[in-house]
Amino acid sequence: MCLGVPAKVLEIRRSDEPCMGTVDFGGVQREICLDWVPDVREGDYVLIHVGFAISVIDETEARETLRLLAELGEAGRAEDAARGGPLSPPGAPA
Amino acid sequence: MKHVTEFRDPRLVHTALSELHRVVTRPHVIMEVCGGQTHAIVRSGLDQLLPAGIELVHGPGCPVCVTPLATLDQALAIARRPEVIFTSYGDMLRVPGSDGDLFGVRAAGGDVRVVYSPLDAVEIARKNPDREVVFFAIGFETTAPANAMSVLMARRRGLRNYSLLVSQMCVPGAMRAILASPGNRVQAFLAAGHVCAVMGWREYVPIAAEYRVPIVVTGFEPLDLVHGILMAVRQLETGRAEVENAYPRAVSERGNEGAQGVVREVFQTGDHAWRGIGVIPDSGLYLREEWRAYDAATRFDVGHLQTAEPAICIAGEILQGRRRPTDCPAFGDPCTPDRPLGATMVSPEGACHAYHRYGRVREAIP
Amino acid sequence: MSNDPGIPGAAAPACPLPLPHHDRIVLGHGGGGRLTAELIERLFRPRLGNPTLDAGDDAALLELREPLPAGARLALTTDAHIVRPLFFPGGDIGRLAICGTVNDLAMVGARPLGLAAAFVIEEGLDTALLARVADSMRDAAAEAGVAVVAGDTKVAERGNVDGLYIATAAVGVVPPGRDCRAAGARPGDAVIVSGSLGEHGLAVLAARGDLALRTTIVSDVAPLNGLVEALFAAGVDVRALRDPTRGGLAAALNEIAARSGVGLTLDEAAIPVRPEVAAACEMLGFDPLHLPNEGKLVAFVPERQAATALAALRAHPLGAGAVVIGRVEDGPRARVLLRTTIGGTRIVDVPAGELLPRIC
Repeated sequence: MCLGVPAKVLEIRRSDEPCMGTVDFGGVQREICLDWVPDVREGDYVLIHVGFAISVIDETEARETLRLLAELGEAGRAEDAARGGPLSPPGAPA
Repeated sequence: MKHVTEFRDPRLVHTALSELHRVVTRPHVIMEVCGGQTHAIVRSGLDQLLPAGIELVHGPGCPVCVTPLATLDQALAIARRPEVIFTSYGDMLRVPGSDGDLFGVRAAGGDVRVVYSPLDAVEIARKNPDREVVFFAIGFETTAPANAMSVLMARRRGLRNYSLLVSQMCVPGAMRAILASPGNRVQAFLAAGHVCAVMGWREYVPIAAEYRVPIVVTGFEPLDLVHGILMAVRQLETGRAEVENAYPRAVSERGNEGAQGVVREVFQTGDHAWRGIGVIPDSGLYLREEWRAYDAATRFDVGHLQTAEPAICIAGEILQGRRRPTDCPAFGDPCTPDRPLGATMVSPEGACHAYHRYGRVREAIP
Repeated sequence: MSNDPGIPGAAAPACPLPLPHHDRIVLGHGGGGRLTAELIERLFRPRLGNPTLDAGDDAALLELREPLPAGARLALTTDAHIVRPLFFPGGDIGRLAICGTVNDLAMVGARPLGLAAAFVIEEGLDTALLARVADSMRDAAAEAGVAVVAGDTKVAERGNVDGLYIATAAVGVVPPGRDCRAAGARPGDAVIVSGSLGEHGLAVLAARGDLALRTTIVSDVAPLNGLVEALFAAGVDVRALRDPTRGGLAAALNEIAARSGVGLTLDEAAIPVRPEVAAACEMLGFDPLHLPNEGKLVAFVPERQAATALAALRAHPLGAGAVVIGRVEDGPRARVLLRTTIGGTRIVDVPAGELLPRIC
């Protein structure tokens, strides 16, 4: 139901009806309808699905999520040390 | 690929998995609603790395799987008509109706075309004024705004030769139906991240409260999935039952109100039949009266067709998370992706198909 | 029918009309009379001519300058080429025809002796376009060091053929001591690809225009016989070779696994895919392992020779990106497994058929 990818907005054509723009995803470019993200600016990333931008990617939240998950490692290691050894899931990289 | 690659980082995935192993103390059953999430889990092998007590059950969020057989038969009947250019997302082309599939209709001379976006279908209508262009408008809330927009565009451009064959469904009703069914084992949900990008997550709050289930809005990359599972497990371990957002970079509480507005303008809610499950109240979208002229089922009068599902198929049980693909006596033989008996084997997002394609490895690993 | 070159901004041919009185092919050009002779003399011969072809016999006579050594074998292959659009970034149907056929021979270790090409042309095809196809075939043949020694042309009524189809056949010699076949893989072998995957498939899909994507991806279509000779010249015991065309790497590996009766395990992180190809696949829901390649090979070599094989491939322009992507294991037979980047394992299955963009 949900194949969506984050693409960078290269150009916005507000005079188009509906508002259209060009986005770039990993070097592939497509024309996308930007009507539902009226505050988007060039350089923002948008989540695109079947030719439409359905939300603007929040860069701060993205960084925050990664930071949060990276910190799990610190907390986890501290606990492991206290316990006397790690519990590592199968298949974890050495 | 920015905002994708970082969320596939194996080290971060394993950090999150370690934490998950650390916090789990008892078994939990979690349903991922979206077929795209099922696909991502099985494709990455993430389910193999979870703590033994965590059971992921696959939900009905696969529009290909749950589109009623009768609708498919309507699609085939319309596509066979010589004046019609039948346009569709690629997912639906291989789904068998009672008598053939869209691929077969094309082979027999029907004009069936795959499009990436409904706007492409509108463009085909514009370029072919002497033909009837029908777009197979399937999907959940993620896709509804795009499907609705195509009708708005057709009207704006004065196109009379464009119509939708609608099979739009909504997730919350299905979640309620699953939770309310006797024998339900689901204790928490990973809500579909892109549905929520459009709809926000407010509509899940009453569900979480009424049924006392954690609901975590979750994305699609391996790290997103582990993150969502971790948040759900933390709630389950501490007896909480709230809506949380593990995909905040793409999902806000209110969602995309512009997209929601387009849907409200064109569609209205109603009861809908889900293949394998039955009728779920308030779980479908239909064209409003003033847009009924764009309804292909009406325009082509393909009305109610007789349909029959193979009796052996347990797709309905699988879609509600009550049985697994490997429980089915027909799984793998005779039911395979090439010769599917039911909905969940047809679509790559269907649990049976995903298991068959990727999950056979369970017998393969000694 | 596509007369359209398929590339935006493609320059119109600058040369004068190949056929003085015909800017389009007519049915008469396939009739076997004067028009056919004119087509051959004025369009094909100047571009593809060589002494054997020019002899104009019903069959090409290939002289063996020395007898075949004991243990040598003849290889024979045939291919039909249908592609839309006829011209795409990186190549065209003509180049595809020459390279595809040469590559089929190369995959069994055969050196090409000669190629035959039959053209089925739609009435009304732009003559200049046909000339461009022939030019491209000349260039590809020169690259491969092969000649088109026999040919045929037919013209079908408008609407009965999609522009142009080319069918080819080629004969080659496998020197003694070479034995690479689909059934040749053995436990412990290294699985090597010569470069990044999916470019031809995506270039053609993007060029069709249905998906409205703009990319800089170009087809990798190229003749691989030189690359294969380099591998043998380095003394590598090549067990199996395959060019992963239709069905992509997934189909090729499953075929070899099945015929050899072995299981393989691939390392997802090692499989080379250009970022743009990966991105387009993400957007459309494609698997890069299912996309056709026309200028890449996968080789099975003994583990102890993997480094030698890589060095030989990388020294050749077409093998610069060669990497080991997996191993033949003792595992389940006829199964291709993939160890994912996060440490899970899944099966690499054969694609169903047509590649379709998904919304799910």
